[in-house]
Amino acid sequence: MRRLVLPGIVALLALLPLLNLLPEGSPFRVSDFVVSVAGKWLCYAILALALDLAWGYAGILSLGHGAFFALGGYAIGMHLMRLIGPRGVYGHPVLPDFMVFLGYQELPWFWWGFGNFPFALLMALLVPGLLAFVVGYLAFRSRITGVYLSIITQAMTYALMLAFFRNDMGFGGNNGFTDFKELLGMPLNTPFARFVLYFAALVALVGCFLVSAAMTRTKFGRVLAAIRDGESRVRFLGYDTLRHKLFIFVLSAMMAGLAGALYVPIVGIINPGEFSPANSIEAVVWVAFGGRGTLVGAVLGAFSVNALKTWLTSFAPDLWLIVLGILFIAVPLLMPRGLIGMLRR
Amino acid sequence: MNLRISRRAALLGLGALPLSAPAYAQGAPIKVGVLHSLSGTMAISETALRDTVLMMVESQNSQGGIGGRRLEAVVVDPASNWPLFAEKARELLQVHRVDVSFGCWTSVSRKSVLPVYEELNGLLFYPVQYEGEEESRNIFYTGAAPNQQAIPAVEYLMGPDGGEAKRIVLLGTDYVYPRTTNRILRGFLNSKGITNADIMEEYTPFGHSDWQGIVARVKRFAGEGKKTAIVSTINGDANVPFYRELGNQGIKAEDIPCVAFSVGEEELAGIDTRPLVGHLAAWNYFMSVDSPANRDFVQLWRNYIKNPRRVTNDPMEATLIGFKMWAQAVATAGTTSVDAVRTAMIGQKVAAPSGYESEMKANHHLTKPVMIGEIQADGQFSIVSKTPTAIAAENWSPFIPENANRRRG
Amino acid sequence: MPASLASGDPHGTSSLIRWFLLLLLLAALPARGQDFDSLVPGLAGGFTQQAEAVERLGALGDPRALPLLRALSESRLLRAEGGVRVAPDGPAPSGPEVIRINNRVRVALRGALGRLQLVSPDPAERLAAADGLLRARSAEDIPLLEAALAREAVPRIRAHMELALGAARLGSPDPAVRRAGIAALGGTASPEARAVLLAARGTDEALSADVNAAVAAIDRRLSLRRAAETAFQGLSLGSVLLLAALGLAVTFGVMGVINMAHGEFVMIGAYTTVVVQEALRASPTLAPWSLPLAIPAAFLVTAAIGAAMERGLIRHLYGRPLETLLLTFGVGMVLQQVVRLVFGAQNREVISPPWMQGTLTLPFDITVTQNRAWIILFALAVLAATFAAIRLTRFGLEMRAVVQNRRIAATMGIRTGRVDALTFAFGSGIAGLAGVALSQIDNVSPNLGTSYIIDSFMVVVFGGVGSLLGTLIGAFTLGVVNKLLEPWAGAVLAKVAVLVGIMLFIQRRPKGLFALKGRAAES
Repeated sequence: MRRLVLPGIVALLALLPLLNLLPEGSPFRVSDFVVSVAGKWLCYAILALALDLAWGYAGILSLGHGAFFALGGYAIGMHLMRLIGPRGVYGHPVLPDFMVFLGYQELPWFWWGFGNFPFALLMALLVPGLLAFVVGYLAFRSRITGVYLSIITQAMTYALMLAFFRNDMGFGGNNGFTDFKELLGMPLNTPFARFVLYFAALVALVGCFLVSAAMTRTKFGRVLAAIRDGESRVRFLGYDTLRHKLFIFVLSAMMAGLAGALYVPIVGIINPGEFSPANSIEAVVWVAFGGRGTLVGAVLGAFSVNALKTWLTSFAPDLWLIVLGILFIAVPLLMPRGLIGMLRR
Repeated sequence: MNLRISRRAALLGLGALPLSAPAYAQGAPIKVGVLHSLSGTMAISETALRDTVLMMVESQNSQGGIGGRRLEAVVVDPASNWPLFAEKARELLQVHRVDVSFGCWTSVSRKSVLPVYEELNGLLFYPVQYEGEEESRNIFYTGAAPNQQAIPAVEYLMGPDGGEAKRIVLLGTDYVYPRTTNRILRGFLNSKGITNADIMEEYTPFGHSDWQGIVARVKRFAGEGKKTAIVSTINGDANVPFYRELGNQGIKAEDIPCVAFSVGEEELAGIDTRPLVGHLAAWNYFMSVDSPANRDFVQLWRNYIKNPRRVTNDPMEATLIGFKMWAQAVATAGTTSVDAVRTAMIGQKVAAPSGYESEMKANHHLTKPVMIGEIQADGQFSIVSKTPTAIAAENWSPFIPENANRRRG
Repeated sequence: MPASLASGDPHGTSSLIRWFLLLLLLAALPARGQDFDSLVPGLAGGFTQQAEAVERLGALGDPRALPLLRALSESRLLRAEGGVRVAPDGPAPSGPEVIRINNRVRVALRGALGRLQLVSPDPAERLAAADGLLRARSAEDIPLLEAALAREAVPRIRAHMELALGAARLGSPDPAVRRAGIAALGGTASPEARAVLLAARGTDEALSADVNAAVAAIDRRLSLRRAAETAFQGLSLGSVLLLAALGLAVTFGVMGVINMAHGEFVMIGAYTTVVVQEALRASPTLAPWSLPLAIPAAFLVTAAIGAAMERGLIRHLYGRPLETLLLTFGVGMVLQQVVRLVFGAQNREVISPPWMQGTLTLPFDITVTQNRAWIILFALAVLAATFAAIRLTRFGLEMRAVVQNRRIAATMGIRTGRVDALTFAFGSGIAGLAGVALSQIDNVSPNLGTSYIIDSFMVVVFGGVGSLLGTLIGAFTLGVVNKLLEPWAGAVLAKVAVLVGIMLFIQRRPKGLFALKGRAAES
């Protein structure tokens, strides 16, 4: 029975946008809105998966995963901006509108190459990976763990948020990037594009899930779990804990980057707000809610908390923060193993 | 099988959303979407606009609605989160099928929802003064463009009543509205013979609260022997600590007047304004305007909010004008169909609380009077200058050279 | 100087002398052929007309103008049949008959009042008059200022009058007088004198070399003062960080609880201040003391919430710091939205008592803002009280015992649960105190706390968890470094640089500046 849960969920997710094709008025029709929102949730689910890999399996609680997500998003956002080309308001053949406006004469060096999709996608993975490598190396080498690591990663995303808010950085400041036109020759802002992006996100989620699941079952995964439960002991046994932790942290950051890269064309905007520390904490809440250390739990958590949020912000616009806040209080107290733990019992 | 799926869907939270909304029959209520942040950093400014729209809906319904149809408001909370703005805009249009929306405060929220309104052919009224450089067929801009606020204010500072400033400090929050406004102002100042050496430009992050250093630098910049004035595009929350510091460091309006474009009655409600008397703000409306339309507006607002001390401000007035124009346009068109209402909107006129008649022009912007007010000890503004007539918006500023290459939509 | 005038008591001088000085003033000014009565109606005219009337009335030197001009500047002058009248004492008048003015009129008023009040018996008015004339810089004021200076005994006012006299001399047609003025101004360390000199340079090519030398002399004297003022700004920012972080230094540093709702406690402290002020607004005896009275109130309110939170929620999660983080984040969300629903999303007004407004002049003419000076003192006082509570009281002793070894402490008869609750309440109460202070410099809005939470954690981690001394030094170091970087890096980059600096520092010294040694440091 339990073996069917996973394929069942995937099948259900794949079916969801197809139900959108039913004629209007059919009771099983899923509205365009749900398809577009569900695409966003898929990206959040990948982010939750990435976080769970680091937190649930290696005990690294990052409060800065939103930064990796946002960097991946910015990389694809830069590509999308380049694709606008002369269709911008000021009609400049190369420079995006905000650069024309701020008086740039030519493309800054860090924008080079982003006109190329494979390069942008690669950067969406490499830049978060590199940042995670540097931060992780410095932190793990000095044996910064637990709460301290959480606070450092939070400072990282906060510093990036402040920096990206600056218009002088060359990333569009507070407005970030919007008004994208197309991706890979496909016009965005059409139901068809949302369809395609939805399935791309679904494929990415399934892929990330399978990679994570495989990894946690190997010897490597068991060493990670051992590090989580008693790092000093593993070190004394002769394992290089630094290398293990660094590997999983970088992998997790790259997954978060991928999630961000899929997220931006789906929601149509990327701006420094994505770096906000509250976003990263929210992602941690999804994982805790779904069930830390179970990959299905992370996915389930991302979906359920976000669905609840989407519904509550319309149904109870004044009270949704209170309801969600009480939920965050209740989860660690009443269901320490999360949704999955409850379902399994 | 189907049953199982729907139960699963319910588990995922999808069941909570209406899967499809039935098309309403003739005579069904007209739906008015309200897309203002009720939580997060922008709640401080935007909740008053939510209340204004709800007030207008109630007031319209008490007059029998529009063409016999009742109005129904749909309020959502985009929570000061820009991607959530886009999601909520889509929800308003696709799930709730609203006929019109009133919403957004920051430019980035407007830019976030713009593609959604264009794709789904919705109608959005945007009530805040902004940087211009935009014109969408799906948006009506009821706030000021830069020429309806910034340039007249600086002209005032440079005139005899404003103290004949020869040196200008441009202080702003680092986002697109201050950047654009200051760029336009720099062009304008240069054209008036003020060189870049006499212009200081500085940007701070959102919610900046430690102004000691910047105010001290402004004082130093002003101590070079030429009459200096501050032009502030500081946004929202950062204003209270800024004005406190200004008052405490003893910068008097007689020495260095400060004119602000984002400080209204609401922002002043949080500070003791006695040390700030004489500093200025430029808007298209002040609560202290003496006109019959304004008396009605203030009365309506205080009755609705049940607080005799609550103030009105410029974006609230812009919301009111937009709402009234939309109601007139629906009545003229005889339908809420977006295309018909859009056509009917152009040329609509409303006797605004500002005491002037505002008209919707073909560029989707209003004609508005420009008023300069001095801060008074009671937190209100005393109007010291106003244009003789309402002036039309130049949303594409002539002081931005790139506008010459602009693609015409 | 005649001995009788040097006695230092301006009230002792007979009104005869004041009349004499006014006559002197009249004699010094060219007759304008316009009398008082024809000028007064102009005060109720348009702004241009008002400014003109004010200037002429000031030049006329008729003492009858003084109450009118003073009333005009205070918005107490009313339109009346055929002229104007002064509103009776009492609450500020309102309505259309109140004569409004603009900045241009205010500038004119300052000069005119300066002339008329230079011989006032009130020292504050004489000081304001001297400052007003400094900005007017009119050669016509030279005899008046010389006469006033001759009988002025208060050193501070004398200094301001000398400045004004120097400035007035710059407007003289006689180059020798102008040169004397430049020399007088160049001998000060006043930024106003510097501004006056630079303004004169533009109009007076011949003396630009003298002006440049004088400005350079002022700049030399000002450089020390500016360094001191930058240091003060850094200390002020540091004191804000210290206040925000102190509560965390107790709850996080001592107990190891990551309280993400800490910022909301600060915010609730600020709202308590608002509530106390509004409750006392009506009482004339208590209203001026509302801010000091808010201090215990804020402490008790936030401490109570903290105790309830510890007993009700956090207690169940000891030993699971990351779950505590999520829980307290949820509590923060709830508190923020509850406050928003109860008090509204708008900023609430906080009244600053007069002793918290304006600037304070220290030795060497270093000026600091009063509210920030008080907050520095307050932060240090709170730190001292915290230190005393931990080191000197029975509660502090028990608290340290529980932190060091819970089980042994329990066997010694300490009720550890009660100590936990009290410690958390204590830390939360300190957050409330921070809220009282922050209400004086920041917005009182539901978002108040969110902007301080990350900085607070940074201070505690940088200083060394569990070390109050570390928190103190950490907070002031970060404040001063930030303010030193700000002028050339800008406010944002300075902050980013500080954050990156802390991250690098912690990787060198993972336990912060002042690491705890021994067993407690292991956990």
